[in-house]
Amino acid sequence: MAKTVGTSVKRVEDPRFLRGQGTYTANLQLPGMTHLAVKRSPHAHAIIKRIDATRALALPGVLGVFTGKDLIEGGCGTLPVGWSVPNQKTPDRHALTPDRVRHVGDGVAAVVAESSYIARDALDLIEVEYETLPLVTDARKAAEPGAPLVHPAIANNISYEWELGDKQACADGLAEAHIVVEQELINTRLVPNAIEPRACVAQWNAPDDQMTIWTTSQNPHPIRVLLSAFTLKIPEHKLRVIAPDVGGGFGSKIFHYPEEVIVPWVSRKINRPVKWVCTRSEAFITDSHGRDHVTVAKMGFKRDGTITGLQVTTWANQGAYLSTFASLIPTILYLGCISGMYKVKGIFGHVFGTLTNTVPVDAVRGAGRPEAAYLVERMIDIGARRLKKDPWEVRHKNFIPASEFPYQTPVAFNYDSGDYHAICDKVATLADLKGMRERQSEARKAGRLVGIGFSTAIEISGYGPSKVVTSIGSALGMWESAALRVYPTGKVTLFTGSHSHGQGHETTFAQIAADELGIAVSDIEVVHGDTGRVQQGVGTFGSRSGTVGGTAVVKAAAKVREKMRRIAAHQLEAAEEDVVFDQSNGTAYVKGSPDKAKTFFEMAFSTFTANQLPAGMEPGLEETAFFDPTGLTAPNSAHIAQVEVDPATGEVEIQRYVAVDDVGNIINPMIVEGQLLGGIVHGVGQALLECARYDSNGQLLSGSMMDYAMPRSNLMPMIEMGRTVTPAPSNPLGVKGAGEMGTIASTPAICNAVMDALQIDHLDMPLTPERIWQALQ
Amino acid sequence: MTHTISLTVNGKAHCSVVEPRLLLVHYLRDILGLTGTNIGCDTSQCGSCTVHMDGEAVKACTVLAVQADGASIKTIEGMAANGSLHPLQEAFREEHGLQCGYCTPGMIMAADALLRRNHKPSEAQIRQGLEGNMCRCTGYQNIVKAVQNAALKMA
Repeated sequence: MAKTVGTSVKRVEDPRFLRGQGTYTANLQLPGMTHLAVKRSPHAHAIIKRIDATRALALPGVLGVFTGKDLIEGGCGTLPVGWSVPNQKTPDRHALTPDRVRHVGDGVAAVVAESSYIARDALDLIEVEYETLPLVTDARKAAEPGAPLVHPAIANNISYEWELGDKQACADGLAEAHIVVEQELINTRLVPNAIEPRACVAQWNAPDDQMTIWTTSQNPHPIRVLLSAFTLKIPEHKLRVIAPDVGGGFGSKIFHYPEEVIVPWVSRKINRPVKWVCTRSEAFITDSHGRDHVTVAKMGFKRDGTITGLQVTTWANQGAYLSTFASLIPTILYLGCISGMYKVKGIFGHVFGTLTNTVPVDAVRGAGRPEAAYLVERMIDIGARRLKKDPWEVRHKNFIPASEFPYQTPVAFNYDSGDYHAICDKVATLADLKGMRERQSEARKAGRLVGIGFSTAIEISGYGPSKVVTSIGSALGMWESAALRVYPTGKVTLFTGSHSHGQGHETTFAQIAADELGIAVSDIEVVHGDTGRVQQGVGTFGSRSGTVGGTAVVKAAAKVREKMRRIAAHQLEAAEEDVVFDQSNGTAYVKGSPDKAKTFFEMAFSTFTANQLPAGMEPGLEETAFFDPTGLTAPNSAHIAQVEVDPATGEVEIQRYVAVDDVGNIINPMIVEGQLLGGIVHGVGQALLECARYDSNGQLLSGSMMDYAMPRSNLMPMIEMGRTVTPAPSNPLGVKGAGEMGTIASTPAICNAVMDALQIDHLDMPLTPERIWQALQ
Repeated sequence: MTHTISLTVNGKAHCSVVEPRLLLVHYLRDILGLTGTNIGCDTSQCGSCTVHMDGEAVKACTVLAVQADGASIKTIEGMAANGSLHPLQEAFREEHGLQCGYCTPGMIMAADALLRRNHKPSEAQIRQGLEGNMCRCTGYQNIVKAVQNAALKMA
């Protein structure tokens, strides 16, 4: 059996998607299904004076209308957070707000009806009287004295302050600099916009007090914990959470959302199944947003380009409430990464997490790490420009040398492996950087605005161990589980706590198990996303599935092999230590005698007949393993973009995009490349197009796909891809995260290219034609 | 007030009584149970709900069921003839033109209409032709390759 890890096995999950047979939550039909819709606040900040549902309740087909007070009286708890930094002030967040609305879209009532059309009709018949209040939407203005308070008990709207680094070393570094570049940068607010809108279906089964919830989640097991312990309060063994096929997540489907409380609560109340499907316009004002930083940074450089220090102050907009992992993102995942791929002695960062009258902000693809890469890579380009140096050379000068790995940054993380000079040389070769520069020079002479932009970026992925992450704020461990059930006929089901919503786990996890057991991929079925079938789990976020979930599979397979080896030893009448399990073909035999091997099928069948097992061995063959990572992995990238700006219109044309990524060893090159490609375009979207913008009344101006520009098929040329490999030492597969890497690197590459074309220091994103045209005047 | 409509969906005749405001996409999904056609937005931007109406690609969220009275509709469920995948479906698998799969049915229906208009589209024509269909996972590159691949298969 040839190894499958490292090969582009075609995806197991594709046929059902290609035939339109995906099992997305919204597709679910249950007998007696009812439909729920949520009445949402049109105001950014207001007191609820009165809710009158009389007319709605009179509409034929309406089964009930419920408010925040009903949910509280009915036993629902507030939505908890999964991350707490020291002295964090966490405001109460109810599934439906009982007294005051704090952002446009805040839910005030839910209506359940016989059809989705009737439920929508009824929304318009619910009368809500509001008394509007002053509001604030800007992260920095929220912390200024006298700003309207989003939650009266939280002074200055500051949920937390957090510092990282060495203040004195930073001051010393900046003092010894030849020049210090100071820049204010706004990292735009993003709407995640997975193409599948969120949805939730719940079915209460009264005879056995059992609740089943289908939800568009990246991590059904933690959602069950939160539902059981905090919000819905149904005992965990009576609660089954299923995240079936999920149409993309990008972070936005990690969090515990209000509708996951409302829908099952109503189902139990009316004793019928209930379905809620988010509309896209509703998603814009309810899905947790991403980024939204205001930053003032200083970076010091010696005359030769050596970076001497970096000082960062950031106001991170957290929205009206803290979403599940809100405070993780601008703290450890952002400030923890501001060392980038560089050796910088003096780094100090200070972040204010502020509350505003906007949609809550949490992880969106990259989560903190794109904000860090954008900051560092923009500052280096501005510094290089001031020093009149090639930004490529300034980067080269400051890279952490390959000989210094594992490398402890002065801020937080210990980078496991990498060769940053090599990855940069590779991308320069692939792009023919020298030729690119020459052609750019000629174009400029002809008056054309051609720019070349670089970025290098690290991602911190698969973080752990649990002991460390819980000590810095996590409410959950960062392990993953896997179970392998070997049937008497030698077929295998692999149960993983990781979740696939586009990543292709049903293929890649089967590849891992196939190689570890020496059987065919087609003999393994991967089950995920169902707390009723999968023993335990954490889920998929932070590019952790391969590194953590994949390693759990490796560990479970080792246990299966060990049991099989003991069975073979018993049957071959050999000492156990003399018998080997051959992973190339799934057999076990006495060393040197492969001709007298026990096959995988024979050993599996023995656990069923249970008549030829070693003394004391239990029948059956099912092994579970948990993997708690010992460290993290640091995938890294070097990207080069070439753009041309049309001076008449300000439009940006991306002419070339060359990307080299080091994500360690690769399980399936086709899938990894696909994730990198998608990530790159997502990040380009932020650079050029995407921006969630609020007006002074707290109304989201870019609140639909008509107004919020997303990357479309004609945005990019064919991306040229390359790869370097430094295996991750912290997991047996040697893999690093891949799902977010492209997004982290591409935003600064494009912005740097546009600034190079315009020959200016900085423009904030998105780099729209209008903004560029204005800059050119 | 209701209307009676008669139409063909994937070659099968249907006669239904519907509200005049019912969208075609809800008719297909909720009444006929053809949930392969997905809904990704509410402003006709994302193209997830693309189906064929009398051979033309339409966004089924922007067509009323009553407008489809007398029409012939084809959805993703009608693409695999006699159980075997359509060349476009095969090409999407070969080129890894899908990840989460949610935009895929609409993308394939749009691509099929494109290839019937233009048997040998250039890369630029494919990119322009699929502009009305959004994908967040793939960055479109492998979708473009899949359509190129399918064009060769179907030539």
